[in-house]
Amino acid sequence: MNAPEAKPDLDSLPIKAEAKQLNFYYGAKQALKQIDLPIYDNKVTALIGPSGCGKSTFLRCFNRMHDLYPGNRYEGEIRLYPDDVNLLASAVDPIEVRMRLSMVFQKPNPFPKSIFENVAYGLRVRGLKNRTELEDRVEQALRDAALFGEVQDRLQDLASNLSGGQQQRLCIARALASEPELLLFDEPTSALDPIATGSIEELIHALRDKVTILIVTHNMQQAARVSDFTAYMYLGELIEFGWTDDVFFRPKQKQTEDYITGRFG
Amino acid sequence: MPKQRSTRDLSLIRRLIRSGKRNETLFIATGLAALALAVLTFLALFIDMLIDGSPRLTAEFFSNYASRKAEKAGILAAWVGTFTVMLVTAAVAVPLGVMSGIYLEEYAPKNRFTDLIEININNLAGVPSIVYGLLALGMFVHTFGMGASVATAGLTLALLILPVVIVATRESIRAIPGSIREAAYALGATRWQTVQHHVLPYSMPGILTGVIIGLSRAIGETAPIVIIGAVTFIAFLPGSPVQSAPPFISFDWLSAPFTAMPIQIFNWTSRPDAAFQANASAAALVLVAMTVVMNGLAIWLRYRLRRNIKW
Repeated sequence: MNAPEAKPDLDSLPIKAEAKQLNFYYGAKQALKQIDLPIYDNKVTALIGPSGCGKSTFLRCFNRMHDLYPGNRYEGEIRLYPDDVNLLASAVDPIEVRMRLSMVFQKPNPFPKSIFENVAYGLRVRGLKNRTELEDRVEQALRDAALFGEVQDRLQDLASNLSGGQQQRLCIARALASEPELLLFDEPTSALDPIATGSIEELIHALRDKVTILIVTHNMQQAARVSDFTAYMYLGELIEFGWTDDVFFRPKQKQTEDYITGRFG
Repeated sequence: MPKQRSTRDLSLIRRLIRSGKRNETLFIATGLAALALAVLTFLALFIDMLIDGSPRLTAEFFSNYASRKAEKAGILAAWVGTFTVMLVTAAVAVPLGVMSGIYLEEYAPKNRFTDLIEININNLAGVPSIVYGLLALGMFVHTFGMGASVATAGLTLALLILPVVIVATRESIRAIPGSIREAAYALGATRWQTVQHHVLPYSMPGILTGVIIGLSRAIGETAPIVIIGAVTFIAFLPGSPVQSAPPFISFDWLSAPFTAMPIQIFNWTSRPDAAFQANASAAALVLVAMTVVMNGLAIWLRYRLRRNIKW
């Protein structure tokens, strides 16, 4: 549990982003119902819940990934602070949203390019051309992702030669390189062995000083280990949200308690 | 309740395994026989061609024009014709086919109209080549007045292989996992950046293979170029594309009349003289060699380029 003994008043914490009355539809099927959720600045917020509860769908609303496929529709808002912009507004270009937020996916998905080019890609898309600056920022991102020491002698090697855990840390470095305002993790360790999972969890924990993190996980121990806040979702609804240790040890809802104690889900 | 047969009877299990293995041996023998039939037929044809044709494969055979004397006749006009026609075919079919394939896969909405286009393209790949010849005769030769030229033949064969290129492009694009595309989009790439930096490079091995296989089909096509009026006897080459005087490049070769390898082979085969039959065999050997080289190139390229692409 990462929450300090004396937890600060929630109202005094700065908020980085906030879902307001969010509904989401895959065609006619409603996948998210009236979700209200604050994402606190420089904290890790975990989304837990049984398969199909909409936690990944919710996460993918933040960087407008649903815009890539036809028939999807949002209602409501996700506000990003401090500039207080609604990320879901039709006037906001989804590409601009994806330039500001980064995402790490379930399965490591490095490009079939060199380690260097993988991390540099987001920077190149953002118009960075200067070789020295690219090199510096790639190195910094790899250091932040705790991968630099393992790959510094072979930055030009193919990313596919790395192990699964290294590939996922490379994807984290790729996501960090563009200095995201919010970092989204979609079950980042579900394809990894326990040792690789451990190193990713440590990394997530360390990263929250630099960036606000929202992580989807179906591993409750993981949520307990890495997050400050936890949100429990079920059938597209947000059931409970609070400090992680409150949700795990003093759940207010019977449903949450059943899920957490393993009686259901 | 009926009495159940024991499934733990070892002697029965052994008998079943033996009979299963007998069937397997039978299948292997049948399969091998079928394969041998196919390979041996081709081998017999090829060896026959080799025996008849190989004595004619001299340097002069490649550098002489067709002649009324069999021993002086060569395939210069034919191979130069085939080469230039293939150049036009590739130059037209590759950009058109690849761009169509990319558009259909990455940009076009999925609706009834695009389904219709997809069905049409797949059907076009099965249209007999002589139909393309008729189309070209009406359109390029008569309506556009391009005559029986290198350009006409190149365009005709380009139409013929266009569906092959489009289908190959689409299939190799579809082989790219969605997670790679999402990775690019999530980093803020636009659709075109995703295509340009990821989709196109990663599908290149498949596209190139498709293009070369299309070209190796086009190289042996006879019917459509007979229809548009390829010359069977020709004693000059298309003009050189490079000139000593400004503007240094010339496109006159495009409008030159031409002959091609299959035409030359057909022409020699139809003559009664055995010496010309030998010429035909030799020319056919050259054509087969061209196809083998192209297919080999396709395999090598695919191997070479795919080495770096792992998901």
